[in-house]
Amino acid sequence: MINKLKNPFRNGLGQLTIPLIAIIILVVFNLIRDPSFFGIEIIQNNDGNNVLSGNLISIINGASELAILAMGMTLVTAACGGQDISVGAAAAIAGSAFVKILKSGDSISGGKVLLAFLFACVVAMLFGAFNGTLVAVFKIQPMIATLILYTCGRSIAYWINGGATPTVTSPIINAIGSFIPGIPVPTPVLIVVIVGVIFKLVFRLTSLEIFTQSVGINGSAARLNGINSTFIKLLSFIILGVCVAISGSIGVSRLGLINHETLLLDVEMDTILAVAIGGNNLGGGKFKVGGSIIGAYVIQMLTITLYAMKVSSTDVKAYKAIVIVLLVVIGSPVVKAKFEKYMSQLRAKKAAVNTKGADQS
Amino acid sequence: MDNPILLTMRHIEKRFPGVLALNNVDFTLRKGEIHALMGENGAGKSTLIKILTGVYQMDGGEVTIEGQPVVIHSPQDAQNSGISTVYQEITLCPNLTVAENMFIGREDSAWIQRKEYEKKADEILGRLEIPTRGARILGRCSLAIQQMVAIARAVDMNCKVLILDEPTSSLDDKEVNMLFKLMRDLKAQGVGIIFVTHFLEQVYEVSDRITVLRNGELVGEYPASDLPQVQLVSKMLGENLIEELPEVQTETKMIGKNQDGVSLVGDMIRNEIKKNSGVFYEAESLSSAQALPFDFKIRKGEVNGFTGLLGSGRSESVRAIFGADKVTGGKVKIKGEQVKINRPIDAMKHGIGYLAEDRKRDGIIADLSVRENIILALQVMNGFFKPISRSESEAFADEYIKVLNIKTASRETPVGSLSGGNQQKVILARWLLTHPDYLILDEPTRGIDIGTKWEIQKLVLKLAEEGVSVTFISSEIEEMLRTCSRLIVMRDRHIVGELTGEDLNQAQVMKTIAGGEA
Repeated sequence: MINKLKNPFRNGLGQLTIPLIAIIILVVFNLIRDPSFFGIEIIQNNDGNNVLSGNLISIINGASELAILAMGMTLVTAACGGQDISVGAAAAIAGSAFVKILKSGDSISGGKVLLAFLFACVVAMLFGAFNGTLVAVFKIQPMIATLILYTCGRSIAYWINGGATPTVTSPIINAIGSFIPGIPVPTPVLIVVIVGVIFKLVFRLTSLEIFTQSVGINGSAARLNGINSTFIKLLSFIILGVCVAISGSIGVSRLGLINHETLLLDVEMDTILAVAIGGNNLGGGKFKVGGSIIGAYVIQMLTITLYAMKVSSTDVKAYKAIVIVLLVVIGSPVVKAKFEKYMSQLRAKKAAVNTKGADQS
Repeated sequence: MDNPILLTMRHIEKRFPGVLALNNVDFTLRKGEIHALMGENGAGKSTLIKILTGVYQMDGGEVTIEGQPVVIHSPQDAQNSGISTVYQEITLCPNLTVAENMFIGREDSAWIQRKEYEKKADEILGRLEIPTRGARILGRCSLAIQQMVAIARAVDMNCKVLILDEPTSSLDDKEVNMLFKLMRDLKAQGVGIIFVTHFLEQVYEVSDRITVLRNGELVGEYPASDLPQVQLVSKMLGENLIEELPEVQTETKMIGKNQDGVSLVGDMIRNEIKKNSGVFYEAESLSSAQALPFDFKIRKGEVNGFTGLLGSGRSESVRAIFGADKVTGGKVKIKGEQVKINRPIDAMKHGIGYLAEDRKRDGIIADLSVRENIILALQVMNGFFKPISRSESEAFADEYIKVLNIKTASRETPVGSLSGGNQQKVILARWLLTHPDYLILDEPTRGIDIGTKWEIQKLVLKLAEEGVSVTFISSEIEEMLRTCSRLIVMRDRHIVGELTGEDLNQAQVMKTIAGGEA
């Protein structure tokens, strides 16, 4: 009986179905529109390196900061049932802290870049801990708690470098923001891979995943099973802090300067969107980091596709909104339930036909 | 003689992923009758009721009310058709007032002022003799009162069909009698009542007719007077279980009482304790935010119970032992050594496990799989940096699914989609996996079918034999007398008696609870 009912949809649609379908539709759409959209070639860039170039590369490269932030945001969402809207502002702070260390003294050595990055991490983790304390200890709604840093974060970033937007010129910074000589893949893409692997390792080597999900699904039961939900929530914000520091440092390295007003501006909304497109419940609970990463690439691919279609940058947001509404509606529980019902009816019909055939024979 | 037919359900079918929950089930309700719907966990009672109330959509079949076919797509449709429900787990809004809960979501509610609400609510509550007021926040009322407010809400909706799903599981005897009186009144007014319960005596006390379901199929419909209790049980458990039944019965006889009303198993365990009388846990004036100071100790391999009426403080006391509420004072010794237990994790590290009273709120992590739910407590004890590997956790889950006979489509099924009894077994498995020295079970058999109840009672005795101390709380005194060798009786948040040996009988327990010893 149970075996009979077995089929790919028996546990409902997988969490990754919608984001994967979105990616496939975008790819197919672009293939029909202009097959050369996906052309990848090796060119020599300004630094004299042979590097990969093409729309696909710029999509994957451009989504790097978003993908890293989305990974961290997924954890915060799962544990706290809310989102951190201060990641853009916090990234500006982290980026400023990064530059602050780089600008101290004359030369920029590898060690100094590492030190600057670690400093940015510490700063961003502290601000993450600030947000996390408000949420986990004082039980403030995440959006309200992070509204504080969202509002004042870019002012703090402004103070760090005395209001200036200093530039940093160094081959090392350039390599982080674009290409490492000899490697044709953009460095930010490599960093996304590294961060993704670290997440995977953390899930493999710790109980973070099951604890976070338990806290997000049923905090009361989690507590009675000995889980320290305050710690788990705080930890999610601190991990997001690390992601913020990485994204901020990449952003600074791309431009070779820190502009506290524009660095990763409005990224928080795209980040939350990536988490949502990834099929994660914004009310917390079960999550898939992979879904959020795909969500980030969906958003970026959409943007680049629109630009490739010569949509003006002011109109892009409106077109993006249309596609996103579609995605979110298709991924909604109501549509999913309808689809599953349709599938089960189809199955029943098929079963009926089969038994009929068996009777006749 | 038969009253006119009020509701019919014909050929009802309902599928869930991997499970056929209802297969061609018929059900008939007449005007002015109380109709008990009986069955084991997973028999399909809850599913049938959820179809009737629009929570689930049926995949096949038809429903008629007073001869007219009706389509029920939502709880609103059900209400409009005159069907009202009080669910097993209370589904009201704890942060709203009693009055708001009684009138929320009803068509006529939008235009009534708050004061009017409360006045109207007070009126209804007064008539039903429910001791609360409309202006109170529901969440501040006891579980029993919340349940009765849910019933009051349903009663006030002028329903033709009233569904009571385990309405008595959190009520004490007085409240149950009040409810039964109300049910009989409604019956006299021509309301058809569908009564779902696990208490067999209650079924016979009020029901006119009994419909039995088993494994999603209809077994039959019987007048209550023509169906002896033993037959009812065998119909519920099914043919393949009938063979097992004599064995279970002899066992219950064995663990039942002898002529003097003394628990045999109690004797057995007491002998065991004499041999091996080390005190495992000892508390001196332990208190928490919810519990007044009390003294308590339990020996290795002892089964004891906390009893008392609802609100007597029995759950609050065991929660204090586990550190579930904020501990405010007292000394605790484990195996003679003084320890501090302020949080659940402290208790767990000292070998204490706690199965909470409210399974839905404090027990299951609904969206996680059976496997993840089973390993959770062990994982917490192992610590953050020592995750249980996938293959190991699968082995644990498979083992306990088999040992406790948990009915689930697979170990990766979300635990929330299991029936109540199987959810409870999953939580039991979770604690058994930690191999506790002391297991606290607060109402482990509440809302659970008889077969599972026996299984759990047997399990408790087996654990005690293995040297595990168990504290067992149940609202069925019968069940506690069968399993416990010592009963601690509470009244008004104080311990008022401790019964052992010959005092362990129903009369004495009742007397102590009621305060008759003075």
